[in-house]
Order: sequence, then C-alpha cells, then structure tokens
Amino acid sequence: MDDLALVVDGATKRFYSGSWKGWSIPGLVPRNGKAKMVTAVDQVSFSVRRNEIFGVLGANGSGKSTLIRLIATLLIPDQGRISVFGLDVTREEMRVKKLINRVSVDAAFFKKLSPMENLMYAARLYDMDARCARKQAVEILNQLGIKAESIYNPLENMSRGMQQKVAIARAFLTAPILLLLDEPTTGLDPRSRRDVQEFVLNLRAAHDATIVLTTHDMEEADRLCDRIAVIDNGRVVALDTPEGLKALVARGNGRDPTLEDVFMDLTGKSLKEEGEREG
Amino acid sequence: MTTLGHELRVSYAFVERNFNLVKRYWGWEVVWLVYSVVNALSITYIGAAMERISGARVDTSYLVLFLMVGTLVWHYLAVVFDSVSSMISWERWEGTIEYTFMAPVKRLTQMLGTCVFSIVYGMLHTAVILIVVAFFFKIDLSQANLLGGVLVLLAGSLSFIGMGIMASVLPLLFTERGAQMTNVIQAMLLLISGVYYPIQALPGWLHPVARLSPATYVLEGMRQSLLHNANLSSLWGFVLPLVLSGLLAIPLGMAVFDWGERYAKRTGKLKRSG
Ligand SMILES: Nc1ncnc2c1ncn2[C@@H]1O[C@H](COP(=O)(O)OP(=O)(O)OP(=O)(O)O)[C@@H](O)[C@H]1O
Ligand SMILES: [Mg+2]
Repeated sequence: MDDLALVVDGATKRFYSGSWKGWSIPGLVPRNGKAKMVTAVDQVSFSVRRNEIFGVLGANGSGKSTLIRLIATLLIPDQGRISVFGLDVTREEMRVKKLINRVSVDAAFFKKLSPMENLMYAARLYDMDARCARKQAVEILNQLGIKAESIYNPLENMSRGMQQKVAIARAFLTAPILLLLDEPTTGLDPRSRRDVQEFVLNLRAAHDATIVLTTHDMEEADRLCDRIAVIDNGRVVALDTPEGLKALVARGNGRDPTLEDVFMDLTGKSLKEEGEREG
Repeated sequence: MTTLGHELRVSYAFVERNFNLVKRYWGWEVVWLVYSVVNALSITYIGAAMERISGARVDTSYLVLFLMVGTLVWHYLAVVFDSVSSMISWERWEGTIEYTFMAPVKRLTQMLGTCVFSIVYGMLHTAVILIVVAFFFKIDLSQANLLGGVLVLLAGSLSFIGMGIMASVLPLLFTERGAQMTNVIQAMLLLISGVYYPIQALPGWLHPVARLSPATYVLEGMRQSLLHNANLSSLWGFVLPLVLSGLLAIPLGMAVFDWGERYAKRTGKLKRSG
C-alpha cells in the first residue's frame, strides 16, 4: 500500500452543458434535448508507484486535464475512487492537498504581482517559513533561468514561456510528493524545455517525488516517463512502458517505431470510424 | 494552539497578497480614492445647500453631519462587502482560483484573512475620506459618542462580511454574470437602508424590508451615537441585532459557500480550459 503513490479506480467524470437563455441554473441538469453530455473521463483505472514518472498521452480533448483535476481535488468524480498515498481525494481532501501540487498549461498568476510575490503567496498557503521560502524561490527561479531582476517586477512583463517557468517554480517550491504536471513544457523553447525536464528528474531523484505528466511532446514522454497511459475519448486504451508501447505497433518502413507512431496508432480511431460510418 | 497558530499564519497569506495587489494597482487605488472623496463631498454639499434650495431655515450643520455619516458609513460597508465578495471573482478573472482551491487551506481561514484585510482596508479608506471632508465642512462632533460609533460599525461589519461571503459564491455558480449580480445586491441595500434619508421616507411597504437590512441598524446606530451622543446602553438596541444577524450571516455564508464550492467541483465550473 505504502509504495503506491496514486490509485485511480474506475474514475468517471461527465460534464453537462445546458442552459436557459444563456443562464446556467445551478443544480439543474436540463432534461430537454438541448442538454449535452460529455464523458470526459470514462472508467479510468491505473496505479502509480512511489517515485515513478507516469505519463498520460492523448489527443486534444481526450480527458487528460480532467483526469489531473480529479486527482488534484478540483473536480469531484461521478464514479470511482481516487486515492493519493492511501488517502481518498474526496473524503480526506485536506490531507491530500498537503501532498500534491499541480502545474497547468496556462500559467495562472496575479499578473500585476511579481514572481516573488506570487510565490510567497503560495508558500504562505502551504505554511512554509517565509524566509526559507524566499531563499528557495530565488534558487529555483535561478535554476530555471529566470534573471534575478525580473523576480521582483510584475509578472505581466514576462513572456509566456517565462511565466510558465514561474508556474513550475511555484509547484516545486512547496515540495509536493505527488506532482501533477499538465503540459508543463508547452510553449517553452528547446533549452527551457530541457531545463524543466532536468528539474523534474532531479525532483524525483532528490526529493523522492512521484510525478504524473501529460504532454504532447512524444520525445519528452519517451525521455521522462517510466510508464505511459494512452487515453482516447476518456478511456485508457494502452498502458505500458515506452518500450512496451512501441512494441505494440507494427514496424513500418524498416525503422524502429516511435511513441509518435504509437500515438497515431492508438488515438483518434473512434473519430475515423465515426467518419467512415457517416460517410 | 499550534493549529490556531497555523490557521492564523495561513490567513495572513490573503492579507499580504491583497495589500500587495493594492500596492501594485496603486494608480487604480488613487482614482478610486479620489472618486470616493468627490462623491462624499458632493453628497455632503446637498446638506450645506439646503437653505438655498428650499429657501427655508434648516439646521444646516445637523443636515451636513447626517449626510456625512450616511456617505462614510455606506462607503465603509460597501468596501467591506466588495472586497469580501470579489474574493472569488478576482481569482477567477486572474485564473488563480484553482491554485487557491487546491492549497491545503480551510475556507474559514481564507475568509478570516480576507475579512481582516477588508476591515483594515475599509477603515483606512474611510479615514482618508473623513479627513478630506472634515477639511471642507465645519464639523461639530461635540454631540458625538465616538466609541459607540466604532462599536456599531464593527458590529455591522459582521453581517456585511456574512453577506459578502454569500455574494462571493455567485461567480462560482454563474460563470459570466455572477460578478454583476453582487452589484445589484449592493444597489438594493443602498436604496432600502436609509443611507441618505430616514427609512420613513420610503413607501410603507418597504419599511419591513428596510428593517431586514443590517445596514439600516448600522446607520441608525451611527447617527444616534454621532449626532445625539447616545450612550452605550441605548446603543444596545442597534448593536445586539447587528451582532445576532452577523452571527447568523457568517455561518450561513460559510455553508452557502461550501455548497457552492462543491457544486462548482461537481460540475466543472471552477475552470474549464487547459
Ligand atoms: N469544466 C468543464 N466543463 C464542461 N466540459 C468540460 C470541462 N472540462 C473539460 N470538458 C470537456 O471534457 C473533454 C475533455 O477535456 P480535457 O480538457 O480533459 O482534455 P485534454 O485531454 O486535457 O485536452 P488538451 O490536450 O487539449 O489539453 C472535452 O470534451 C472538454 O470539452
Ligand atoms: Mg489539457
């Protein structure tokens, strides 16, 4: 039990959209034909060992971010159970929150505040010692290649990639033992991407962290992940080591298959099939 | 003891962050302060001009003080209400809401920090306006029980905090229109609470409604203590209902907020992109 960092057991999340003249009515799931239902995460089960880097790959809209949010206590699952180090995410929410942090694609900050002010806000929320946190924040930001002078200027002046690095620093700062990375390197230049990848590997090695990573960069997934789940339409369609996944797809035109081949092979089928049925 | 210390330290996160925001948005703060001062002045001048307007003799200095108490008290309550109720809409606008909601922070602790900030900020703001207005008018506070006034104001803060917490939920439920809805609530309170006139001036059917607004008691209590030197014992009639409604409104606000948060997490209203 102890060496399982994360257990997802039959997790399902559906979203309903329906409205009355543009107003959504709380608590009301419209029963008329206009209501749309999306099953974003559909009976997903897997478990992640302690200290593992677990990848989640899938096309746009396949449910990766929804899955991450379910783990991060930002969404309540409709069915199934999720536990982090044996703690149920809905019943023991507060204890789970202490163990996790998350980076999302969009670096969300108080844009007028400086990186330092934003990071200190986060540090205080996690009840870190202020002086210690300030020192660590500078260290982490430096390691990620943020120049010292921009640490104290409003974040809105920074480029998107730089903001993304600050977002990563914010998550690292609180030293989570389960780190949820939702496309952390999207929008970063190749060197920054490398910096972040090194940092992730280092966090795992030095701090015994477990990491769940979603990405659209197949090389990154190959390089970092111990195991990868491929999801399509909210369902896990394959789960294996990168090597194992590659072995699944046929060797095409004499070269070794890559994760990209795996991705092409395993995702988007339902779309094509539907298209064929209609056409 | 250690847990209380923990909650207090964490609640400071919100105080510090909000003051940082005030500092960074200083241009906007100056504009808002100037607007508030000018607004308070122009309302108070109605009192100063009453003799000219009506051509009859009126107790001008009483009228000036009456309006000034109205505009200052309302300003304070509105600032407290605003800064509590915009707690969510601001974070939603910046996109940080998921990060705050993901942190191991009790909602009560978040409210505590937000409320401490709101009260301090509201007091500072109102003090600045008071100083400027006092400069323009000869204010006669010989009949004032200042301590009583502060007591009434603090008691009134409780219910406004409670209402602010309830209103802050709206942006969680109504993604687009929630923030505007809090403005409607505020405008209603302004109308019925006797801010610039005694509630008896309203049509009869509104009197019972006015009696339901905590602001009505704050304003009457403030005027009793500042204009009529009411002693503490006669102020209980205002303080007690305020404290009681505050003790009711805050837990109720928390319950509503809790429900709203769970609703948002069930239906994916916190945020959808990414
Ligand atoms: N809060 C929400 N409300 C309604 N529908 C949602 C919400 N969040 C996600 N969805 C829907 O659920 C599905 C899965 O979305 P999700 O964001 O999880 O995909 P994703 O795999 O992260 O995609 P991307 O690669 O583009 O980030 C989509 O159809 C999306 O429209
Ligand atoms: Mg996503």
